[in-house]
Amino acid sequence: MIAPEGKSHVDISGVDLELFQRGAGEPLLFLHGGSGPERGSQFLDALAQQYRVVAPSHPGFGRSSLPESFDKVDDLAYFYLDLIDALDLDRVVLVGHSFGGWIAAEMAVRCCHRLSKLVLIGPIGIKVGGRETRDIADVFAVSAAELNRLRFHDPTSMREPDLTTLSDDELALIARNSESLALFMWEPYAHNPKLRQLLHRITVPTLLVWGESDGIVSPAYGAAYRDAIPGARLEVIAAAGHLPHVEQPDVCLEKVRGFLVEQQEDHQ
Amino acid sequence: MRFWHFTEMPYPYLPEPESYDSVRVTLPNQIYDPLIGSDLYNRYLDELMLADGLGFDIMTNEHHQTPTCMDAACPLVLAILARQTKRARLLALGNPIANRRDPLRLAEEMAMIDNISRGRLECGFVRGVPTEIAPANSNPVRMPERMWEAHDLILKAWTTHDGPFSWEGRYFHYRNVNVWPRTYQQPHPPIWISASTTGSVGEVAERGYVLAIFLSGFKDARGFFDVYRQRYAQRPAVAASKASGNGRAAEPKVAAPDRFAYLALTCVGETDEIGLQGVRKIMWYMQTNKVAPQFRNPPGYSTLATNVRAMRGGGLPTLRPVGQMTAEQLIDRGVIFAGNPDSVYQQIKRFSDETGGLGNLIIMGQGGFLSHEETVSNLTLFAKEVAPRLKELPGTV
Repeated sequence: MIAPEGKSHVDISGVDLELFQRGAGEPLLFLHGGSGPERGSQFLDALAQQYRVVAPSHPGFGRSSLPESFDKVDDLAYFYLDLIDALDLDRVVLVGHSFGGWIAAEMAVRCCHRLSKLVLIGPIGIKVGGRETRDIADVFAVSAAELNRLRFHDPTSMREPDLTTLSDDELALIARNSESLALFMWEPYAHNPKLRQLLHRITVPTLLVWGESDGIVSPAYGAAYRDAIPGARLEVIAAAGHLPHVEQPDVCLEKVRGFLVEQQEDHQ
Repeated sequence: MRFWHFTEMPYPYLPEPESYDSVRVTLPNQIYDPLIGSDLYNRYLDELMLADGLGFDIMTNEHHQTPTCMDAACPLVLAILARQTKRARLLALGNPIANRRDPLRLAEEMAMIDNISRGRLECGFVRGVPTEIAPANSNPVRMPERMWEAHDLILKAWTTHDGPFSWEGRYFHYRNVNVWPRTYQQPHPPIWISASTTGSVGEVAERGYVLAIFLSGFKDARGFFDVYRQRYAQRPAVAASKASGNGRAAEPKVAAPDRFAYLALTCVGETDEIGLQGVRKIMWYMQTNKVAPQFRNPPGYSTLATNVRAMRGGGLPTLRPVGQMTAEQLIDRGVIFAGNPDSVYQQIKRFSDETGGLGNLIIMGQGGFLSHEETVSNLTLFAKEVAPRLKELPGTV
């Protein structure tokens, strides 16, 4: 199945999936973070100049349906492996941010054979510290202002959307994204206790990108992620928080492109 | 009309609200003095015993991580009352079964209380207010589904008498369910469910359970009761008898007043002024409501439409939207009942008339800084001067 360029809906494994596609070339599947689908970002637009960027809204996010049976990140991981097969994406570059990075890691430990490279930007999903150390900030237990402070190196530079300009439908999407995120990551909070011990199964070249000022998951957590994935590299980006590809898109693109090209050359 | 006494067992000695973010969930318990708290527990139990002697039935509830309600385990207080009281019906309203990890343990606790009290338990199930989510670490998404699975399991556990059955549900797994003791009341204690949105009333009505509404005022209560009456009347005949839940042979198609309960802050004084002074102290309960937004509205707890309204500036769903009103305004809306015995009777009668007949009145007869002496006076006046006249209202037993 080939979905057309731009925004479309495809029916895969019982999900009415909202899918954005741009560009041509080697396929690149981008899995968005917990705050919702990412559209028209400088980061994705730039990648679309070299890749066929496939950016779905996760089941339960944006305008993608949520099957009643879905309630674990495993469900999303298997679903996206189905999507790769259904769209016949071969040697796909898998890029995931935060919650989407967790999904990407869960996919890669299950099945790498259709992946060419893995890029994880500030992923959550593993347990690093002890039982009294919460590795990942509790985004459901902090105020909106505190959450912004945790997410950005410079919260003042990031404009939150003006809710008064949004339609009821758009506001409902924000609430729905938040509800679905809670469904998938409430407990164990934002991680799968077994994932870290499975990361050794990842056989594709892997890059981890981390904001130096990430208040949701620290660069030290990123180092633990790197150490668990064979041959993985960690790039820490200065003056960036939990969304380095949004806060420092140029530096982030340079690191990601550098990694993808280098791996390309290695492959050839 | 039956009348029930209720206290949340508050610990009211708090610092100024400016000094903390949230009275619920995160307020450190260094503020709690065990010497004061232990006296309060015993005082509140004394008042519940007094209520039993005065002819009240008794309601208990539970909340977690909050000084507004020191009763963190409703079955514990009920267990004391089961043994110590003589006649009162004992209502748990309720057991937060979407938040309790082990519904079978709850089935056992309730069955024990029913036996020790020789069949005086009335068992309420509640979903729980949003601020209960964080203390329970409970997923706020799909809570009603989890609550009903727990309910179904508990009911089956209570009504199965021929040995173990297996339960492999979405939320709960047990391979050998065989609860001892069986309940004293057969087939099981009467069941109550509270609702705060009309969307959840239908399932209560279809099962014929008692619907409890808290502090809504008579206009909203009327709306809830009307939805109940409509859905109750539509019940298929077979389902009606199966869902009876209260051991009645044939269920009428019209919901009787005893299917409805309403909770209001209530204070009776010798004069209107004394009653008003008392209820203003109980109103501490409504006014002590500084709760951080993230705990007041966890994602998935409220509908998308409610969230859209909140984002539009309609305000977040609050625990007690009535917190800013005066006693007089609240009396006018039927959120509180206060004054001399005749005034209180008239206010209750009006509420019952406006809502189409109320069978169960739950009074919060103690709250906030209402002292022991004031509580004794309130309960005594209510029992001696108001309660006899409630017999004139529908649903009296």
